[in-house]
Amino acid sequence: MEHKIIDTQEVVIRFTGDSGDGMQLTGTLFADASALYGNEISTFPDYPAEIRAPQGTVSGVSGFQVHIGSTEVKTPGDYCDVLVAMNPAALKANAKWAKPGASIIIDTDSFDEKGLEKAGFKTNDPIAEMKLEDYHIVASPITSLTKESLKDSGLDNKAIIRSKNMFVLGMCYFMFNRPLNFTEEYLEKKFAKKPNLIAPNKKVLNDGYNYAHNIHAIPNTYRIEPAKQEPGVYRNINGNQATAWGLLAASEKSGRPLFCGSYPITPATVILEELAIHKSLGAKTVQCEDEISGICTAIGAAYAGNMAVTTTSGPGLSLKSEALGLAMITELPLVIVDVQRSGPSTGIPTKTEQTDLNQALYGRNGECPIMVMAARTPSHCFHSAFYAAKYAMEHMMPVILLTEGFIGNGSEPWKIPSMNDYPAINPPIIDKCDGKFKPFERDLEKYARSWALPGTPGLEHRVGGLEKTPAGAVSSDPLMHEQMVAARAEKVARTANYIPELEVVGNQSGDILIVGWGGTYGHLYTATKQLLAEGANVGFAHFDYINPLPKNTAEVFSKFKKIIVCELNSGQFVDYLRAKHPDFKYEQLNKVQGQPFIVQEIVAAVKAL
Amino acid sequence: MKYTLQDFKSDQEVKWCPGCGDHAVLASVLRAMPEVCEEMGYNKEQFVFVSGIGCSSRFPYYMNTYGFHSIHGRATAISTGVKVANPELCVWQATGDGDALAIGGNHFIHALRRNIDINIILFNNRIYGLTKGQYSPTSKLGIVTKTSPYGSIEQPFTPGQLVLGARGTFFARSLDSELKLNQEIMVQAAKHKGTSIMEMLVNCVIFNDGTHMEFSERSVRADRTIVLKHGEPMIFGANRDKGLVLDGDKLKVVTIGENGITEKDILVHDAHTSNIGIHSMLVDMKYPDYPVALGVIRDVEDKTYNDNVHNQVKEVKEKSKIQCMEDLLHSGATWTVK
Repeated sequence: MEHKIIDTQEVVIRFTGDSGDGMQLTGTLFADASALYGNEISTFPDYPAEIRAPQGTVSGVSGFQVHIGSTEVKTPGDYCDVLVAMNPAALKANAKWAKPGASIIIDTDSFDEKGLEKAGFKTNDPIAEMKLEDYHIVASPITSLTKESLKDSGLDNKAIIRSKNMFVLGMCYFMFNRPLNFTEEYLEKKFAKKPNLIAPNKKVLNDGYNYAHNIHAIPNTYRIEPAKQEPGVYRNINGNQATAWGLLAASEKSGRPLFCGSYPITPATVILEELAIHKSLGAKTVQCEDEISGICTAIGAAYAGNMAVTTTSGPGLSLKSEALGLAMITELPLVIVDVQRSGPSTGIPTKTEQTDLNQALYGRNGECPIMVMAARTPSHCFHSAFYAAKYAMEHMMPVILLTEGFIGNGSEPWKIPSMNDYPAINPPIIDKCDGKFKPFERDLEKYARSWALPGTPGLEHRVGGLEKTPAGAVSSDPLMHEQMVAARAEKVARTANYIPELEVVGNQSGDILIVGWGGTYGHLYTATKQLLAEGANVGFAHFDYINPLPKNTAEVFSKFKKIIVCELNSGQFVDYLRAKHPDFKYEQLNKVQGQPFIVQEIVAAVKAL
Repeated sequence: MKYTLQDFKSDQEVKWCPGCGDHAVLASVLRAMPEVCEEMGYNKEQFVFVSGIGCSSRFPYYMNTYGFHSIHGRATAISTGVKVANPELCVWQATGDGDALAIGGNHFIHALRRNIDINIILFNNRIYGLTKGQYSPTSKLGIVTKTSPYGSIEQPFTPGQLVLGARGTFFARSLDSELKLNQEIMVQAAKHKGTSIMEMLVNCVIFNDGTHMEFSERSVRADRTIVLKHGEPMIFGANRDKGLVLDGDKLKVVTIGENGITEKDILVHDAHTSNIGIHSMLVDMKYPDYPVALGVIRDVEDKTYNDNVHNQVKEVKEKSKIQCMEDLLHSGATWTVK
């Protein structure tokens, strides 16, 4: 069979296997190597909540999808061109994500009677049973080949079998003409302290590559040229890491040491982990006894003058509700990051959703408006976290930043910004005042109060959850309470004067405006581009700021005949828009499946209008 | 700077009920703070008083210092944040038996486990006062309150046992009206590096009047309590003729001069031993079997959380190649597009 190299603009690969098979690492390494090669990439880890779900079962299948391209890549791709299925359960769970005619690599060693039975196959021919005959099945005894490859390595049998993911990664590198050096360098670094593992891992990677080359099991290989990207220095970053870094950047720009009080929770934990690494930048992390302590330690740290942060996911935000009210009434700067996951309650913890919007907007007792922002993409988390901290500190208030499991875990190449491109952050810290200090007196422009830090002579004052006068005295005077409620709300409303206006992608006026917020950006953007290419008269407006809304929201809406609001919930944002801008009629596209949108379902919904 | 009681007194009207034990604790704190400043070199602006919710949690308003009256149960978490954010501050906390041991129990034990350097005054009146009289986690079994009209069926906590169980390094106990002892305890608590728990047995005149009276009443106090001082024999009684000895694995009350007992036989209090054995027995002593132990029962040195946090930051800073955001942004694998 003649081997052909096919040039293509984009390819989607889905690595799947048992949750102990190392598919997350394999996918990440493939993505990193592609990014370093210069491709645009987007990734989507899709894994079960159990660390080791029952082996070989469908519920224990872990997946990692990578979309690489030589042109714009904004989503991890709807369906894959190549599916790697390390066991029958992975095939069973993931065949539906393979494009018609896709290549499917399976490890035949795991397709034995026991494996097939565990995965729930009724026959011993899973390909026929799933009607996959028209697909290109690459059936290889990956486990045996790995064993053969490493028989003289000195590793024990368990360690050898664990290396089979490197074998399959090598096969994929051959299929997509990826250089091996990036991954080899990674292995050298990773196993610097266990050097006896470096050579075997490299060997099995190369053997996988050579095997794919030798057997010609793969008729064609693909070449995805590096993307035409803006000149600059790039790196790969995932959303949670970017969030942590954005917070660190805000700490540097404000001169306020970063304090993070958090409790581990999927999928937000990586932010705490990442901040814990960067103590050299002065970050203090307290792994608290619970979510409430997370936010309360942060509030204490804010009172004492630190840039305070607490990170969590949906159920954790519920636990923090009362303390959010405290941060709001004491008018202390605080960033609350909620990496949303599927709910309610524990829901599907590892799956993505946008179902915490109502909670972020309204989930507190009393009149308690809080600024709510949302991040678009993994790298956009950096920008969003930076600005959340900037608004929190300069306006003296808590700010909720919503991200999502999808972008928190997802990664993409990122043109590294210069810190010179980011503005200074100037919190209203005072070190003296005329007369007696009045803690809740506010500046007339932003309505922010001053930040008087303990340790400053002469500014001793008390804050707390009880309603107070501007002078800081406890008061239950009816009119005074009403004035304070209004003043605190006005402060949040006035941030609209400081946030960027809403921008429209595509046509600036026309038939249909596609509206979204948060981590659906990539899918909505890609759908918009496709619709425009097909001649549809559409625009796309994505909200990074939800409370307050950008000032030109109504103006943008008025330029389109129809508005469709697309979100991964039952319609929380669209209902909010109906309340805030009732003059417009809104169509909606909703999905609550714990999964991101598929570009084609957006395209179809818009076309159906 | 030299301070007086007046420097720490705020201009706010004190709103506790007349006769409430909290007044005496406030008076003790106001007396102790100038001494704390003198002994430890603090200035007044370095003091932060944090509280939760409950009668005693009004405390910060009555101090002319930085203060934070927070939400129910969370004072310990807020204090932890304040101290970690700025370890130069001298952090005090006023909390009640409900605030610290019921709704805030988790934060309480974890602060102790971490040994964060904060000073917690635990006002124990064995009742919920601000909500008008429901039993608390330290209320006696059988107590009739609004939520236990047929008598409480819950066993109470002994706060000192929680402290010891959570590896606490400082525990003291006193009575609201023992102003001088309170002051001594507070100065020692301030000097102690780590979480200091000062259990103040306070009287609630409205909802639980006389809850501690069987041993706190002036006429019987000397015979029914013992004030422990490090390095001194455990002697008590109006005639200073009673003492504590070890009898097998239990403490025993003896009378000096009877059965051949002399002062030499009496146990000497060692507050600084890390062994919790005798501390636990002392904490547990209850009238009428024993005198109730007052004073500093445990004061043990250990590393503090706040020091550990800052030392780790310092160590990593010295070693790390990443000294600013630009370093971080360009760390690890990067590539250049021309």
